[in-house]
Amino acid sequence: MTGGDAVALEDEFAPGGTGATAWTTGRIITKELPAPHLVRLRLHVEDRQRHWPGQHYLLRLRAPDDYTAQRSYSVASDDSDPLVELLVERLPDGEVSEFLADVAEVGDVLEMRGPIGRWFRWDTRTPALCLVGGTGVVPAISMIRAARHLGRSDLLRVLAVARTPEELPYAEELARAGATIAFTRHATSTRPAGPPTAAEVAPLLAGAEVAYVCGSSRFAGFGEELLVGSGFRPEAIRVERFGVTGS
Amino acid sequence: MPVTRGFSRRRAEPPRRLPPGQYDVGAGWPVLTAEATPRIARESWSVGVDGLVERPTTWTWEEVQQLPRSSYQGDIHCVTTWSKFDTLFTGVSVDTLLEAAGPLPEAGFVMAHSSTGYTTNLPLADITDGRAWIVWEHDGRPLTAEHGGPVRLLVPHLYFWKSAKWISRLELTAEDRPGFWERNGYHDRGDPWLEQRYQGDP
Ligand SMILES: Cc1cc2nc3c(=O)[nH]c(=O)nc-3n(C[C@H](O)[C@H](O)[C@H](O)COP(=O)(O)OP(=O)(O)OC[C@H]3O[C@@H](n4cnc5c(N)ncnc54)[C@H](O)[C@@H]3O)c2cc1C
Repeated sequence: MTGGDAVALEDEFAPGGTGATAWTTGRIITKELPAPHLVRLRLHVEDRQRHWPGQHYLLRLRAPDDYTAQRSYSVASDDSDPLVELLVERLPDGEVSEFLADVAEVGDVLEMRGPIGRWFRWDTRTPALCLVGGTGVVPAISMIRAARHLGRSDLLRVLAVARTPEELPYAEELARAGATIAFTRHATSTRPAGPPTAAEVAPLLAGAEVAYVCGSSRFAGFGEELLVGSGFRPEAIRVERFGVTGS
Repeated sequence: MPVTRGFSRRRAEPPRRLPPGQYDVGAGWPVLTAEATPRIARESWSVGVDGLVERPTTWTWEEVQQLPRSSYQGDIHCVTTWSKFDTLFTGVSVDTLLEAAGPLPEAGFVMAHSSTGYTTNLPLADITDGRAWIVWEHDGRPLTAEHGGPVRLLVPHLYFWKSAKWISRLELTAEDRPGFWERNGYHDRGDPWLEQRYQGDP
């Protein structure tokens, strides 16, 4: 698959399409553990369909007794990448994430379905803000890569939040892309520890027509309130919540 | 499809009441919303039934409280694969609202509208005969804003994206038009037992 320009992508995904995606398979080509609790997989997907940054795949694991477990994972790569890259946080006692981190190996074949999600996706044309936390940075990385590939990095601003530098996936790539980075439990030379403030968000909002909020359910709630409290239009906020806990 | 090398069943055999591909979320209740959570005061909330009906009708919060109450006790299922057992919701049966508005014979479908602009489509048959509610209480407490409070639609036999949060309007139509997630690739009906998750599923 080669990278297309934004126009070609738009045409192919024209509204009114069925959006149907079939189960296919992905072969693990590389596996890395960028941090003890993170695993990065790059997969070759059979009959791969093009994707928008922000979309995700379903992964299905199948046991010999036909028991299956299925979870969603955002794509970190952009459409021009020949492989699909996923970054998964290993949760203690997490059925799928522990398997991917501890058991899966290069050469293994996994059932996959995607791309999925026609709401939480960036059209690569609209000036946008990503407010992302923890593994919620994954879709923002796909957006950053797509913007760079298309020469439109000016359209995208990213505010990434993590507890500590060790817990921020893709920290270097985010820094290189000029993202604002906020650590809630770690002070840097330029910033005290703490959640991002309205003053930090305000300059990023100017000109942004859509905002993507992604992270744990708690983070997403915080992000929404920060944006709405800063006067951003609620209708222009798109939210993706990872994880099972909620109230 | 291939067995995944090295993967085996982690959790106990799922209970029979769990639809395929779902897991029991236990006491948790995940929040899944594609939009920012609106804060809607009860005083400014209302719900209407209109479209192909004899008497388009709107109820305020006060008026809805005067209607006969109805509860749902049972399970709910989300397309993102969690199910929650033994929930208890209280509100009013959609049958009560429809009775007041009088659906016309040609009405076959419903578009549920939220005050946020969210929409979801349902066959009329899926929200009649005691199978759908509008609810404002969960486990005896007011429904929180993040779960759709003050009032949401509840259609527990379908995936939960059909249970529109912050419900404001039920529009009866002759034709089935896709709602928000349905335009974005989700299934038109969403029966968890048939695993009708995405367009193209059975
Ligand atoms: C659109 C979308 C995109 C996502 N993208 C990403 C991504 O890019 N990267 C990422 O890391 N995650 C992502 N997620 C989250 C991901 O889908 C999984 O929820 C996550 O990996 C946890 O799955 P698991 O099987 O490891 O954990 P699970 O087995 O689901 O467990 C989750 C937690 O619940 C607890 N638990 C205990 N008992 C049970 C039980 N009986 N059943 C279930 N849980 C139990 C476990 O201790 C664990 O901590 C995304 C989610 C969505 C909806």
